[in-house]
Amino acid sequence: MDLASVLSILDATIRLSTPLLLACLAGLYSERAGLFDIGLEGKMLAAAFAAGAVAAITGSAWLGLLAGMAVSLSTALLQGVAAITLKGNQLIAGVAINMLAAGMTTFLGQTWFSQGGRTPALGEGGRFSPITLPFASELAGVPILGPIYSDLISGHYLLVYIAFIMVAVTAYVLYRTRFGLRLRAVGENPKAVDTAGISVVKLRYQAVIITGLLCGLAGAYFSIAQGSGFGNNMTAGKGYIALAALIFAKWKPVPAMFTCLLFGFLDALQIRLQSAQLFGIEVPVQAIQALPYILTVILLAGFIGKAVGPKAGGVPYTKER
Amino acid sequence: MSARRPIPRWADVALLPAINLLMAFLVSGLVVLMIGENPFQAVQVIIYGAFGYGDGLGYTLYYATNFIFTGLAVAVAAHAGLFNIGGDGQAYVAGLGAIVVALALDQTHWLLAMPLAVLASAAVGGFWAFIPGYLQAKRGSHVVITTIMFNFIASALMVYMVNRVLKPASTMAPESETLDVAGRVPQLRQFLSFFGYSPVNLSIVLAVAALIGCYILIWHTKFGYAMRVLGANPTASRYAGISNSKMIMITMTISGALAGMVAINEVMGTQNRLVLDFVAGAGFVGIAVALMGRNHPIGILLAALLFGALYQGGQELQFVMPAVTKEMIVVIQALVILFTGAMEGLFRPSLERAFMLLSPEQKAEAIAVSTAKPES
Repeated sequence: MDLASVLSILDATIRLSTPLLLACLAGLYSERAGLFDIGLEGKMLAAAFAAGAVAAITGSAWLGLLAGMAVSLSTALLQGVAAITLKGNQLIAGVAINMLAAGMTTFLGQTWFSQGGRTPALGEGGRFSPITLPFASELAGVPILGPIYSDLISGHYLLVYIAFIMVAVTAYVLYRTRFGLRLRAVGENPKAVDTAGISVVKLRYQAVIITGLLCGLAGAYFSIAQGSGFGNNMTAGKGYIALAALIFAKWKPVPAMFTCLLFGFLDALQIRLQSAQLFGIEVPVQAIQALPYILTVILLAGFIGKAVGPKAGGVPYTKER
Repeated sequence: MSARRPIPRWADVALLPAINLLMAFLVSGLVVLMIGENPFQAVQVIIYGAFGYGDGLGYTLYYATNFIFTGLAVAVAAHAGLFNIGGDGQAYVAGLGAIVVALALDQTHWLLAMPLAVLASAAVGGFWAFIPGYLQAKRGSHVVITTIMFNFIASALMVYMVNRVLKPASTMAPESETLDVAGRVPQLRQFLSFFGYSPVNLSIVLAVAALIGCYILIWHTKFGYAMRVLGANPTASRYAGISNSKMIMITMTISGALAGMVAINEVMGTQNRLVLDFVAGAGFVGIAVALMGRNHPIGILLAALLFGALYQGGQELQFVMPAVTKEMIVVIQALVILFTGAMEGLFRPSLERAFMLLSPEQKAEAIAVSTAKPES
């Protein structure tokens, strides 16, 4: 393989891992606060639809992004009310959110736009356009480094850069701020946090809000950056892959980035390998598609290190009286 | 823990779910209203479409058959404290067991083919649930996450199997060979012309047998008792000498085997071949069915009928009100799961308060409970 085709696979890797990364970081906040979140998929899907629909109506990608984040946030809050205030089963809340989003987006899409659940295709202003970083075209001629800078690093959508910046931000927030310390504590031992006079409920809602906003970014990326409009079930299980990545990264931000890149790479490879041979044997595309899930199962089983989540995960907190 | 103000059992078992269900329907009605259709007319159409005539009723029963199986699968696991979210994948791979037996015995008799296919589907579906069960029991991986992953692995596996292994060379469509004679489960319409062209078949008898079997298993066997002890208190069950890990593995296998029965209804009863995605989310409906039916076979039967009716009535609704698509049913399902499952606590406090006001005995009991035992 020559440099150009390697670069094109890596370029696709970055594009495909961006929504995973945003959703994975979103899940990280909730799960670190002790809330299992299998509703990432639903929040992303709802956001993708809202962003696509609003961008189609207003012709503004920014308004679309805003709408996506708002809808994702309200979905997250609904899940939060069920799981935190009403102390419902967090897993069931997540399942409900995923189904609700899958049904509502197709239903409303069909009702409002009558295009089989799709939103109308977006024009110029309706979607984000790639950003060319400074000196990209000037440096393109430099051997090796030039193409890497101009093809691989430059020329992505704004949300791509935001996703990678969020990794650093998340790492900082989680390990260097008082909020991060409390967030981690509430996921490990909420009683201790409560004893220290800090509201468990408030902290968990704050985590849920961050999760909602980040899922909004991830969802919007599908419909108004990568795609030009919303399509039926557009997220196609990426929320579950993000969840898998989160477990794989053992609930840590920087490993999360590398895991998402790996899963994005597998996805890019799968698209490219439609009928390719590897070492003379034909590898079924489905095997590569299933790889992230299989890897997660193997990791969870502890065969390649143990993945232990936050201790208080999944348990509603009841203040003792 | 604060003292619980007890409510009568009938209110806990019937009234509370009914209120939650009503909420789900109310919100669904608002959604219908939002797109400018009349919700009351929609309800009428659904009821007529589901029960009003032979074909409709037949379809309702056919859908309900699937939901009984997946509902039972979720419920059996739930009694042991396990949340099996992988019914979809388990039912899907079970299709392999069904199709292999059905094709092999296609020239014999259904009385031979069906029982063997049931065994094969149960074995494959059970195996697909056994692995997450094994991993939870022996390696401590969370059964919810593993079953989700196994849903996706199942779907990749089945795309491969259907396209590469089962598809005859002569066809283009991704599907297996079509069953001819004995591989097909007899349709009820062969005996009762009342059902018209609907695909309700003898699998429904299997479903009823499964309901009764699960009732006996859960409440009238030693195994069922051990299962419920495990679900109620894993520590207690360990001290009682029950092997928790063995119980988890067996329960998950039973759960997967029940989900696998969907393959009999779909592959041998309706499609007569293995097609992609034949489960169509029935595994997830099973979660709603089990939640609504409070994990009890009678409740599951009623909930499965309700969802069957919603599915069939929803199809009818599409013809009468083109603005309301079949996804509306997914929305209703999601709302039912949300209100009866995740937000179950929404009305409990007010209901408890209402009963306190209404019944003096209740109040006396509550006071007795709260004073007899000091708060820990």
